[in-house]
Amino acid sequence: MVKLRKGLSAGHGFNAWLQQRVTAVVMLLSIILFVGLFALAGKVINSDITSWQQYFSYTIVRVVAQITVLAVILHAWIGVRDIVMDYVKCMYGRVILYTLIILWLLGSTIYSFYVLW
Amino acid sequence: MTKKVKFSIYRYNPEKDAKPYFQDYEVEVGDHDKKLLNALVKIKDDNDESLSFRRSCREGVCGSDAMNINGRNGLACLTDIADLKQPITLAPIPGLPVIRDLIVDMTQFFHQYHSIKPYVIDDRPMPEHERLQSPEERKELDGVIECILCACCSTACPSFWWNPDKFLGPAALLHAYRFLADSRDQATNERLDNLNDPYRLFRCHTIMNCVDVCPKHLNPTRAISRIKETMLARNV
Repeated sequence: MVKLRKGLSAGHGFNAWLQQRVTAVVMLLSIILFVGLFALAGKVINSDITSWQQYFSYTIVRVVAQITVLAVILHAWIGVRDIVMDYVKCMYGRVILYTLIILWLLGSTIYSFYVLW
Repeated sequence: MTKKVKFSIYRYNPEKDAKPYFQDYEVEVGDHDKKLLNALVKIKDDNDESLSFRRSCREGVCGSDAMNINGRNGLACLTDIADLKQPITLAPIPGLPVIRDLIVDMTQFFHQYHSIKPYVIDDRPMPEHERLQSPEERKELDGVIECILCACCSTACPSFWWNPDKFLGPAALLHAYRFLADSRDQATNERLDNLNDPYRLFRCHTIMNCVDVCPKHLNPTRAISRIKETMLARNV
């Protein structure tokens, strides 16, 4: 393998940093929104599943929930990738870990669509 | 009047020691020996001439005598003996290869520093007189230009410990910001391109050890945030 020159810039890094911050803000807003909505709808929602299903029958609730899940997935991907970049030095170890993490997150994303829609 | 000061100092001579060890010293210091460096020089003069450490200006300007003092990076010449719990434990600044005792190999650190092109880049024709800067433009450099490259910050940074070959470290990033903020510099785009990398800049996780230990009371974390803001301004 060609030995990479020291100080070589990958030409990216900014995008991931920005995405992590934007998704964090999305998650924060969602938490505030959902806590507020649950507080308002406290009388309507009981602990039984039918009232929850009724609550999530509103498209707007599903859309907001779905955006939140996608924000969590993207945020988690950047965060976990950061940890792997810090601690896993072996290139092939990284590729394997990245693959497993991506599969897990992809599965979670598909499952979230299945649950919400 | 003299008083006794106890030390436990990291010793390692790769030519004869299989591994590093700590050696205890007790030294008598006079009233005028207020700083840690005074005591170290005294140890070298009176107790053990083989003890090795760097020092030069002895007043916090050259940055040679950076070391780990009771678990915290600092300059021996600026640290008061009276403020330290005894025995005073001294070790080399962490994360860099030890050459001998308290002396570390700073090659990696300076390699990162040089990679940010630490000089004003301006290819415009030379003016008849010097390139002028307004007092406001000069003010932008306050708080970044005072760095003496002692490496206290970078070697206190966990991100630098894990990736010293890829992450620039707070000192080099502070200087990167210093040239971005310089009104005379014309290479903003190239400088930002050079930093736009998952490691070089973005390994900073805002741990802020750099701010905590800087003997010149500078704030590399703020400089790093400003670099990111500049990138954001360029991208949106």
